[in-house]
Amino acid sequence: MGIIRAVNLIFDYIRHDDEQDKDEINHALRGVSLDIEEGSFVAILGHNGSGKSTFAKLMNGILLPTDGTVYISNMKTSDEEHLWEVRKTAGMVFQNPDNQIIGNVVEEDVGFGPENIGVPTEEIWERVDKSLEAVGMTAYRLQSPNKLSGGQKQRVAIAGVMAMKPRCIVLDEPTAMLDPNGRREVIKTVQELNKQEGITVLLITHYMEEVIEADRVVVMDDGQIVMDGTPKEVFSRVSELKEYRLDVPQVTELADELKAAGMDLPDGILTIDELVDRLVPILKEERA
Amino acid sequence: MLRDITLGQYYPVDSVLHRMDPRTKLFGTMAYIVSLFIADHLLAYVAATIFLVIAIRMSKVPVKFMVRGLKSVVVLLLISVSFNLFLTPGTPIFKIGFIQMTWEGVEFAAFMAIRLIYLVLGSTILTLTTTPNQLTDGLEKSLGFLGKVGVPVHEVSMMMSIALRFIPILIEETDKIMKAQMARGADFESGNLIQKAKAMVPLLVPLFISAFRRATDLAMAMEARCYRGGDGRTKMKPLRYEARDRMAYAFYLGYFVVIIAIKVLL
Amino acid sequence: MAIEIKNLNHIYGKDTIFEQYALKNINLTIEDGEFIGLIGHTGSGKSTLTQHLNGLLKASDGDILYNGENIYKEGYSLKDLRSKVGLVFQYPEHQLFEVDVFSDVCFGPKNLGLLPSEVEERAKEALEMVGLDENFYKQSPFELSGGQKRRVAIAGVLAMKPEVLILDEPTAGLDPRGRDDILGLVEKLHKEQGITIILVSHSMEDVAKYVSRLVVMNQGEKMFDGTPKEVFRHYKELEKIGLAAPQITYVVQALRARGIMVSEDVTTVEEARDEILKLWKR
Repeated sequence: MGIIRAVNLIFDYIRHDDEQDKDEINHALRGVSLDIEEGSFVAILGHNGSGKSTFAKLMNGILLPTDGTVYISNMKTSDEEHLWEVRKTAGMVFQNPDNQIIGNVVEEDVGFGPENIGVPTEEIWERVDKSLEAVGMTAYRLQSPNKLSGGQKQRVAIAGVMAMKPRCIVLDEPTAMLDPNGRREVIKTVQELNKQEGITVLLITHYMEEVIEADRVVVMDDGQIVMDGTPKEVFSRVSELKEYRLDVPQVTELADELKAAGMDLPDGILTIDELVDRLVPILKEERA
Repeated sequence: MLRDITLGQYYPVDSVLHRMDPRTKLFGTMAYIVSLFIADHLLAYVAATIFLVIAIRMSKVPVKFMVRGLKSVVVLLLISVSFNLFLTPGTPIFKIGFIQMTWEGVEFAAFMAIRLIYLVLGSTILTLTTTPNQLTDGLEKSLGFLGKVGVPVHEVSMMMSIALRFIPILIEETDKIMKAQMARGADFESGNLIQKAKAMVPLLVPLFISAFRRATDLAMAMEARCYRGGDGRTKMKPLRYEARDRMAYAFYLGYFVVIIAIKVLL
Repeated sequence: MAIEIKNLNHIYGKDTIFEQYALKNINLTIEDGEFIGLIGHTGSGKSTLTQHLNGLLKASDGDILYNGENIYKEGYSLKDLRSKVGLVFQYPEHQLFEVDVFSDVCFGPKNLGLLPSEVEERAKEALEMVGLDENFYKQSPFELSGGQKRRVAIAGVLAMKPEVLILDEPTAGLDPRGRDDILGLVEKLHKEQGITIILVSHSMEDVAKYVSRLVVMNQGEKMFDGTPKEVFRHYKELEKIGLAAPQITYVVQALRARGIMVSEDVTTVEEARDEILKLWKR
């Protein structure tokens, strides 16, 4: 049984229309079940409005499901008594880097979480030191968050979550507002935390290149899970991904098109090296 | 313009003053301001100058940086100096029409200018060496007794510290919105008062919407990090008086004895 | 020529210890009807440069000529310039403020002092150009999707009938489909309306498909200026400044390094496919 277990989740947004005096129901999630193994790196892909962000917010009790249950290390998120334990276990990083940093100094922001859960002072310092180190932001500890780049702010936010010693981190489109440099920076940090600290990662995104190294990719569309597998498996279904309004990396697309034209290439090529290694013998042989 | 104001900006270096308890600094600043208003003898100003020089040296903040903070009060300074210069009755130096300058006025204006400059420098040292969070912490703890009579001291200080964090962000955002509307031909400068007020709508609506959005996001982020009010919270930087704070209080006491002695004896 | 930039400098905190060049000696000529991609990462000066083009920022020194006239000349109307050189900012949330979509698009032409009938005429035209029909007119702009908001924001600038349209990161925060829709729309505006387009972006892959010329900015300076093919040949230098060329460029270079001489001019997936198939079938 995994650290995160979502069972048959349903979530409805109800919007009240004053003029016509009726409620409009928007089904954000229509029966999502997912079991995530501890220590794995799982990416959730989906276009805007596919329900992936709603799903993320259900993971630590920010939202509660209309129906169905979320278990975080066997605690129900809907149990009031477990709420804080759930939030400690499953930390969350949000999209907008400015709107989640509370402290006026980097280290004070990282200490905010531990302060809230009543960690003794000495230990807060230890945790802050360790978390800043883990995201490579120690050199900036006394800076104002306003002076940092987008990628650095997100790393501070990640450190803030790490300081609560979570077993898993849910990142809700952490790179959507960043430039390519910032994106790489954040993804690298998350990958390191996963590999070195064994933290379970649930990364929600719509950038394909960020999920290539994930253990598992889940694709959502219209409030449901429509694909689930290794990156190789998922990316081998190029035309299907395009139907779900998603991209594929350029190499994957090129390989897919060459294959369609009759070349003998395997499915789901994800990296430049892989494609080139396959192409060279084919093209050389032809010429010989 | 806005970035020139040093007041309210933290200068991150490591110094004795930086490490001092914010309550000590708060009290010291208040005591210093009071002393400036008690002082009316040259010697008292000498003492105040010594106090200030010691504080500046101990803060390790470059003097240049501090003096920039004075720019924001130049206008106020000029107004108060000229008022004192020309409106103080006494022995005239010269007189043109009803305007006259007096010896007493010169003396008064000089003291006034020094007072104002010292006052600004004194409080600038406080904000340059104390993070806004420490400052609110200091206020929270100093005013903690109000909590017993139902004043939400923790909440208020949390609000202050969040406001401090978001002011620069909102200033930057205001600039962006203004530019976006100016690109659509908006004019924020010309016209009478009513036209100007009307021109603000395209600026204020996006700004408020954004501020509300940020508030919602922030509340969510705080909850996700287990924030649930002041109860049961520990502190990363708890306020504890150390030897240096006791020394500072002793120093304040000495300083005050001197100031009062000058006042009474001279 | 539409815009001529001559020896432009923009310095923050001039004559202080904080002095810093936001733009350094920029020379650039933009011809009528061009479709230009302006690329650089955050802080490269690309946004600062675009804000000079419609007079929102004033250069520390240097000149900008619009249709041969110096915009810093005394008496030159910056308000007129801003209607000719339309600038759409990154976040539509920074400009949408009216109760409904239609009134919001009317804001620009109204500021130009046009008659109400003409204001409405222009708003309708602009909304049609961005593909929003009458069903959207009375909707609140705040309840639209990200892509739709962006369309309204673009319409708000188009309604001023600009000759040059600058879009600052128009795809930030959009999903792949939303991104393709907006870029397709921009391409259509360029083709059908003949508007000169300057597309500001930090993504090479996004713009390579659409633009005919790329200008790369780094640390306030113009680093490269040429067709995408020319610029991508410098992929190693681009990488050094944190701007990778499209993946396809790397595939081409890797193949060439292994003795398969695919043309270096290839920049898109389609071109690469055709090139490789040509070699294969031979």
